[in-house]
Amino acid sequence: MSKSERPNQLFRNLNAKVASIPMVLTALVIFVGGSAWTVLYSFTNSKLLPRLNFVGLDQYYRLWSTPRWLVSIENLLVYGVLSLVFSLVIGFLLAALLDQKIRFEDTFRTIFLYPFALSFIVTGLVWQWLLNPEFGIQGVVRGLGWESFNFDPLYNSDIVIYGILIAALWQGTGLIMCLMLAGLRGIDEDIWKAARVDGIPTLKTYLFIIIPMMRPVFITALVIIAAGIVKVYDLVVAQTSGGPGIASEVPAKYVYDYMFFAQNLGQGFAASTMMLLSVVVVIVPWAYLEFGGKKRG
Amino acid sequence: MRYQVMTAALAVTTALQFAGPAAATDLEVTHWWTSGGEAAAVAEFAKAFDATGNHWVDGAIAGSGGTARPIMISRITGGDPMGATQFNHGRQAEELVQAGLMRDLTDLATRDKWAEIVQPKSLLDGCTLDGKIYCVPVNIHSWQWLWLSNAAFEKAGVPVPKNWNEYVAAAPALEKAGIIPLALGGQPWQSSGAFDVLLTAVGGTDTFLKVYRDKDAEFAAGPEVAKVFKAADDARKMAKNTNVQDWNQATNLVISAKAGGQIMGDWAQGEFQVAGQTAGKDYTCLPGLGLNEVIATGGDAFYFPLLQDAEKSKAQEALAETLLDPKTQVAFNLKKGSLPVRGDIDLKAANDCMKKGLDILAKGSVMPWTDQLLSQDTQKQKEDLFSEFFAKPDMTVEEAQKRFADIVASAD
Repeated sequence: MSKSERPNQLFRNLNAKVASIPMVLTALVIFVGGSAWTVLYSFTNSKLLPRLNFVGLDQYYRLWSTPRWLVSIENLLVYGVLSLVFSLVIGFLLAALLDQKIRFEDTFRTIFLYPFALSFIVTGLVWQWLLNPEFGIQGVVRGLGWESFNFDPLYNSDIVIYGILIAALWQGTGLIMCLMLAGLRGIDEDIWKAARVDGIPTLKTYLFIIIPMMRPVFITALVIIAAGIVKVYDLVVAQTSGGPGIASEVPAKYVYDYMFFAQNLGQGFAASTMMLLSVVVVIVPWAYLEFGGKKRG
Repeated sequence: MRYQVMTAALAVTTALQFAGPAAATDLEVTHWWTSGGEAAAVAEFAKAFDATGNHWVDGAIAGSGGTARPIMISRITGGDPMGATQFNHGRQAEELVQAGLMRDLTDLATRDKWAEIVQPKSLLDGCTLDGKIYCVPVNIHSWQWLWLSNAAFEKAGVPVPKNWNEYVAAAPALEKAGIIPLALGGQPWQSSGAFDVLLTAVGGTDTFLKVYRDKDAEFAAGPEVAKVFKAADDARKMAKNTNVQDWNQATNLVISAKAGGQIMGDWAQGEFQVAGQTAGKDYTCLPGLGLNEVIATGGDAFYFPLLQDAEKSKAQEALAETLLDPKTQVAFNLKKGSLPVRGDIDLKAANDCMKKGLDILAKGSVMPWTDQLLSQDTQKQKEDLFSEFFAKPDMTVEEAQKRFADIVASAD
């Protein structure tokens, strides 16, 4: 390449670069700028209105000594791990079953994906009714004669988070199934044929050939599920509003309640900064491995 | 999170676009009065305001004050203020006033001599900041009431109790008859409010003030308050089978005699009225749980955000006058079940319960309530504690009291 052509690099694809300016600005000002602003004000004692009156780490000390925040974190961990595992496993299983060239595949796919068309608020309400001990599943089974049947997760502090998990899985696995199905369809028929020729059992083909080949699909599914976990809020509000007591509180709800109900922005910002931090802790090593690794390789 | 409020606010504003033609000056008024009795009461305000040649654009926000306040505040701070808005007077709007977002009503107040007509005086204090008046109190609401269903006690075969202690003693009989002794909705503010009522009734007014006004954490951890926690433990056992959320659903349990009673403010009375029940015959009310007959001068007030539009500012003044007008006061408070803010009007139509309240008011047994004494932050922490306490039977009384004392220690 001759020397005189170098400056042209900047103007290559000029149209595309100009077109992306609004989005770049949005990302910088709103996402990065907004986050930085939030982190900054989390070190202040802002109440209803933001004020720059620094109090150091006070908000964080208070946050981590609040029982409700600790319950929220515990719930998020339980909900997060279980929803990640079950979404992937159930989603993949459903996709693998649908992929067996069954009849009425379209019908089944529609049925499984349908819940995804509902918002979390509607999902939450539906499952609130289903899990209501008097009118829901428990009531129906008792009506059939099993008088001692007990199933009221939403009214039992110890297992309420599983009641929410059920609703979330019902709503979300359809989408994961579709992603997985697309991934499975993307696998070349010849691979299956080759595996069959080599006499590899179907289960082993899935585990050692197909799943590794579907890595990008799994990563996509993982990001979608993980984002849904951290921001879970509306489902809890619709199903239990955090109850019984504070047993099903989640961090996003703590942030909202303290920012707006308690008129304590500082405390809400501290909690949202902790949420941001937890996302960063997960994303950064992953991004480093994913993108940093490729450049070297 | 923040987006939730935005959508909610958006939903409210779009809903309002449909309301009314703009012949006279439209003034949007936001409030959280949405239960049957409340809606009937607020319609009286709307009627009276429309009669002045202006137009009341109703901005009701469902889901109680806890849901409504954030929406109202974000509209005011976000630069889309309504014409007038309800708050509980006291400290809820304190920072909005400090930030200069609310209209100073002092001139109007001096002209119309509010200082003379508003009774008791402490109501206007709740509206005053640095010597200036920022809101119009419209009613007195006190939390300290116990509502009992006469039919439920009849069914259980025990006489209707005359105070909290008799009520606790009657609980086993109620339970045996398949009646929930105490109805307590699942919303956090209800359990927290019920505790505050027990604090005034079982502990006494001085105990209440020492804890919430003086914020004496040592006292809050002491034996006086331990007695109150003991009573709260009784209440927790009595309420353990209530599976409803909203306060009016809990009140309905009492109305339909499925529950023996409910600790709730006098706004519950509107529900009994809508259901066509008569005080003394179908239900019984015990102010101060029958132990300590005082009335807290909490209540509702209207604040007026500072507007640029001169027409609307004039309409705000008209609304302020309407709210305090003797005729509107009577009509509104009869429907709402609350007490009027003027001492000089005649409430002949008042029922038994309201008369009890008026008597207490006339005797001057009034006290400030948590809305005036505590910040929203402290209130929220209290709500978290008591909603956990009432929902978790294995949480010990000692642990709850210790955490309560911690909240009092850091209260502001």
